[in-house]
Amino acid sequence: MQNRSPLLSVDWVVVAIYLILLVCGWFSICGATHELGDTNFFDWTTRTGKQLVWIGLALMLAFVLLLLDDRYLDTLSGLFYWLMVAVLFITPFIAKDIKGSRSWISLGICNIQPAEFAKCATALAVAKLINQYGFTLSEMRNFAKAAGLILLPMVLIVLQKETGSALVYLAFFLMFYREGMPGCILFCAVAAVAYFVVGIRFGEVLLPGTQATVGEFSVLLMIWLFTLGMLRIYCPRSRHALHLLAVGAGVLTASLLLSLCIVPVDISWALIGLMVYMVGYLAWQSLSERLNSYLLIAVFALGSTAFLYASDYVLNDVLEPHQRTRIQVLLGMNDDKRDAGYNVNQSKIAIGSGGLEGKGFMNGTQTKLKYVPEQDTDFIFCTVGEEQGFVGSAAVLLLFLSLILRLIFLAERQTSVFGRVYGYSIMSILLFHVFINVGMVMGLTPVIGIPLPFFSYGGSSLWGFTLTLFIFLRIDAGRKRN
Amino acid sequence: MKNNNYELRKFVIGGVAVGIVIVYLIRLFTLQLWSDDYKKNADSNAFRKDIQYPSRGLIMDRKGRLLVYNEPSYNIMVVMNDQRGVDTLDFCRTVGITREEYEKRMADIKNRNKNPGYSRYTPQLFMAQIPAQEFSLFREKLFRFNGFSIEKRTTRQYTSAIGAHLLGDVGEVNEHDIEEDPYYKSGDYIGKLGIERSYEKQLRGEKGMRIMLRDVHGRTQGHYQDGKYDKQPQPGKNLTLGIDRDLQALAERLLTGKLGAIVAIEPKTGEVLCLASSPTYDPRIMVGRDRGKHHRELQMDLYRKPLLNRGIMGTYPPGSTFKITQALVGLQEGSINPQIAFPCSHGFNYKGLHVGCHGHSSPIPLVPAIGTSCNSYFCWNLYRMLSNRHKYGSVQKAMTKWKDYMVAMGFGYKLGIDLPGEKRGMIPNADYYDKAYRKSWNGLTVISIAIGQGEVTATPLQIANLAATVANRGYFITPHVVHAVQDGRLAPEYYKKRYTGVDRRWYEYVVAGMRKAVLDGTCRGADIPGYEVCGKTGTAQNRGHDHSAFMGFAPMNDPRIAVAVYVENGGFGNVYGVPIGALIMEQYLNGKLSEASLKKAEHFQNMHIKYPEYER
Repeated sequence: MQNRSPLLSVDWVVVAIYLILLVCGWFSICGATHELGDTNFFDWTTRTGKQLVWIGLALMLAFVLLLLDDRYLDTLSGLFYWLMVAVLFITPFIAKDIKGSRSWISLGICNIQPAEFAKCATALAVAKLINQYGFTLSEMRNFAKAAGLILLPMVLIVLQKETGSALVYLAFFLMFYREGMPGCILFCAVAAVAYFVVGIRFGEVLLPGTQATVGEFSVLLMIWLFTLGMLRIYCPRSRHALHLLAVGAGVLTASLLLSLCIVPVDISWALIGLMVYMVGYLAWQSLSERLNSYLLIAVFALGSTAFLYASDYVLNDVLEPHQRTRIQVLLGMNDDKRDAGYNVNQSKIAIGSGGLEGKGFMNGTQTKLKYVPEQDTDFIFCTVGEEQGFVGSAAVLLLFLSLILRLIFLAERQTSVFGRVYGYSIMSILLFHVFINVGMVMGLTPVIGIPLPFFSYGGSSLWGFTLTLFIFLRIDAGRKRN
Repeated sequence: MKNNNYELRKFVIGGVAVGIVIVYLIRLFTLQLWSDDYKKNADSNAFRKDIQYPSRGLIMDRKGRLLVYNEPSYNIMVVMNDQRGVDTLDFCRTVGITREEYEKRMADIKNRNKNPGYSRYTPQLFMAQIPAQEFSLFREKLFRFNGFSIEKRTTRQYTSAIGAHLLGDVGEVNEHDIEEDPYYKSGDYIGKLGIERSYEKQLRGEKGMRIMLRDVHGRTQGHYQDGKYDKQPQPGKNLTLGIDRDLQALAERLLTGKLGAIVAIEPKTGEVLCLASSPTYDPRIMVGRDRGKHHRELQMDLYRKPLLNRGIMGTYPPGSTFKITQALVGLQEGSINPQIAFPCSHGFNYKGLHVGCHGHSSPIPLVPAIGTSCNSYFCWNLYRMLSNRHKYGSVQKAMTKWKDYMVAMGFGYKLGIDLPGEKRGMIPNADYYDKAYRKSWNGLTVISIAIGQGEVTATPLQIANLAATVANRGYFITPHVVHAVQDGRLAPEYYKKRYTGVDRRWYEYVVAGMRKAVLDGTCRGADIPGYEVCGKTGTAQNRGHDHSAFMGFAPMNDPRIAVAVYVENGGFGNVYGVPIGALIMEQYLNGKLSEASLKKAEHFQNMHIKYPEYER
C-alpha cells in the first residue's frame, strides 16, 4: 500500500472527465475558427494546431506532476506563492499593452499570462496557512491573514487591468465557508447582490396605485423579511419576531389602503418608518435583555437599508457613464446594445439558433460570420450551443457539474486539512469560472472576460488549470500515506 | 477532525453548484427550444454586416486653405459563397482586366497566407480604389454578377504639388499595423508618412456598422431591427496646420535643383511655417492603386533620397550658425564677457594649433566677432571654458556642463516635432571623447566643435529652432506642424515654454551681433526694406564643396519668423543661405515678394548645383 505508484491510485474519474473536456474543447475551437471544407486543423500556424500543441504539453505536465513527490508541496507552496506575487508585480512594467490590459508576458514564441498560474499558488498558500496546527478561521486574526493572502494577488491583477481575472479570487470565500467562515457573511453578500439587482432594475417602475418605485419597495420588503428570518433562526425563543411581523403587516396594509383608496402616496416612507422602528426596537431590546444578537440583527437591517440608498447614489453619481451603461445593459434596462449588449445579443442569437440538436460540427454560421466576438476564447460556449444544440451544451454543463461534485467528494475524503482546503479552493475556482463564463454567454451574468476552463483557446489558461487540478490529484493519490 | 461540525456544509456547496447548473439548463432550454426568436434571427442569409467608413479629416494651412481632401472611389467586393454563375468574360471586360488576372485575384483571395482574414461568407476585397469615372459601367451591370458588391471608400487628394514630406500619405495597412491596433482590418487605410501618420488617430475617425437583413436571394431588405444595432461612422477631425501654403511653395521653388532644406518657425508659438526638403516629389502620385509602385521608385533612388525629409532627418554640421550657442554658453558661464576681446591673426594660434579665419580687425570683442563670424574668438571662448579646472574640476565636468546647455537649446536629442522620423543630431559628451582619445584630451583636442564642425551635427529644424530661441530671448516652444485639431487640443508639450538656462540679458548681446552681421558683416543682403533682420551665416566644411547655411529672424524686436536654410554643397553661407533666407522672410512678413525679389527668386530657382557623386 505504501509504495503504490501514484499513477495507480490516481482518481481516474476526474482524469476521464478532464480528457473528455479537453477533446470537446478542441473540437469547439475547430468549429469556431475553421470553415466547412478546411482540413488544416493540424497546421502549426492555425489556432487549432497551436491549441493541439498546448494540449500535448498540458498532458505532459499532468503526467510529470503525478510522478513528483507531493511531500514537498507543503514546504514549497510558500516559495511558489511569493514568487508568483513577484512576477505579478513586475508584469505590468514589462508587459505589452494588449487591448488595454498589461497582463501578458512575451516569451518570444508564446505569451504567458501569470495571473492564470497565480490562482494555483494562492490556493496552495492558503491551504498551507489553514493547515497550521490550531488554526481556526472563526478567529478574526486568522481570517484576516487568510483573506490577506487572497487579496494581495487580487490587487496586483487589478493593477494589470484584468479585473475579470481578479474577481475569480472571490471564489475562495466559498472554501472559507466550508472551513468555518460564518454563513451569515456569505448570506450578506448574496443579499447585497439581490438588493442591488432588484433595487436598480426596478428603480424607475412605479408600483401601481402608489408613488413608490417597485425597486425601493421590494428591497425594503426583503430587508424586513430577512430580519424577521434572522430573528427566527438566531433567537428561536424570542417573541419579538412575532411582534415585528404584526407591526409591519399593520403598517403595510394601512399605507397600501391609504394609497389605493384615498390618495396615492409614496408608501416606501411607511416602510422606512418601519425600518426605523425595527432598528430602534431591536437596539432597545438588546440593551434591556443584554443580548448581542439583537444588536447584530439591528445592524444588519440598518446596513441593508443604507446599502440600498448608497448603491443608488453610486450608480447615478459616482460611476462613469459607460460603467453605468454596462450595468444597465446587463440588467436589461438599457436597449443601447451597440457596445456592451451587442456581443451578448449576438452570442444569444448564436446559441438560440442551435435548437435541440445543433447545426452539426463545423456548420455553425453565426460564429463563422464572425458576428460573435472572441469566438474561440471567452465566447467559446457559443460554438458549443450553435453547433451541438441543447443536447451538446447541456452535456457539457453536466460534465462540469460532475467534475465539481467529484472534486467536493475527493476534497472531503482528504486526510489532511491541507488537501481538503486545496481541493475546495480549486473546486470553487472552477465553479466560479463556469458560472460567470457560461452565464455571460447566455446573458445572465456580467461580461467579465474570463475563459471557460479546458475549452477556451490559449495555453496559459489550459496549463494553469491542468497544474491546479493535477497537483490536487497527486495529493489525493498520496493521501493514505499520512 | 476538528472541523466535523462544518462537514454538512458540503451539501450546501454542492447544492449551490447543482442550483447554478439547473438555472443554466433552464436558460438553455428557453434560448434554444422554447422561443424561436433567436433562431429566426440567425438564418444564415438573414444578416450582412456592412462596415461604413468614415471620411478622413481634411488638412488645411494656417489661413484655412485646403491642402488635403477626400475623393470618392470604389472597391469591388466578393462573397465567395454567393459567387456563382458569373459570366467571367463579361465581368473582365467590364472592369478592364484579363482572364488571367481574374483567376489570379480569386486564387489570392482564397490563399490564407496572403489573406489571413478570409471567409467564404464575408465580403472580400476583389479590386481596390477604382475612380468614380471608370466605375459607372460596372455599377450598371452589377446585378448580373452574383456575389459581387460595391464598397464606397475615399482616396486622398492634394490641392497642389507641395508639402509631400510634410503631409505624407495613406496606404493599406500591413500585418504589423493590424497586430498593433485591432481597430484595423485587412484592406483598411492608415497614414504611412508625415502628418497622415502622426495624426492618424485624429484623422481616421471611427468606423460605423450597419446590420442589413437579406432575403434568400441575397437582396438587401432593410435594417435589422430598424437599425437598433447600427453604429454611425464618426468622421475624422480636420487639422489646421501652422504651415503657410504660399511660403511652403516658395521654399520648395527656391530649392529646385539643389539638395537641402528650409525650415521656418513662428517663434512665439513654435508653429512651423514651412518645412521644405529637396529633392521632393508630387504627393499626388502617392494616391490610389499605384502608390506602392511610386513609393518603391522613390525608395530606389539611393543617391538623391527623395523620401528623406531633410528638414528633420538630415543631420549636418551646423557650421558657424552654431557659434551663437557658444556665445550664449560663454556669457552665462563667464568664460567671456561682452567687453573682452581676443586676438585673431588670420585665425586661432595656440600651442602649435591653428584654426584659420579670414581678415578682419584684431583684437575683436563679442558683437563684431559674431558679425564677422570670427573663428578665433569662439575657439578662445571654448578653450577657456574647458580648461577652467578651477571652476569645473576637470575637462570632463566642464564638457558635461557644456553639453547640458546644448541639450537645453534643443540639440543632441529629438526636439519632438509632430512628424515621424525626426533625427536627433549629435552633441558629443565627455564619455564620447574619453572613449575616442582614451581619456587624454583637452579643450584644444575638441576645438572644432566651437565653430560647429567636428563631431557636432544638427538638423535644419534644430538650427531654425535656435533662431527662434534667440528671437524669443531665451526659450522655445517645441516646434510643431499642426496649429489646431478640430474639437481637440494639441499635446501639452506644444504649449510649454522650454527655457535654455541662459539669462535673457545675454541674448540681447547675441541679437546685437546677429543684427551687426546683417548691417556690415557676413549677412549683408539679408535686410528687407521696412524690417530689422538678424542673421547668422554658416559655411560648413565638408569632404566635397562646403555646405551653405543661414539662420535668422525678423523683425528684431517683435520677431514673427525664424528661419534656417541649408543647401548642400552650396559654398559660402552668403551664396545661397542668406538670399534664400531673406526671400522666405520677406514673403512671410509682407505676404508677397517685391518685383526685385521676384526676379531674385526666379534666379535662385534656376541656379542648379551639380552633384557629381549623385549623377550615376
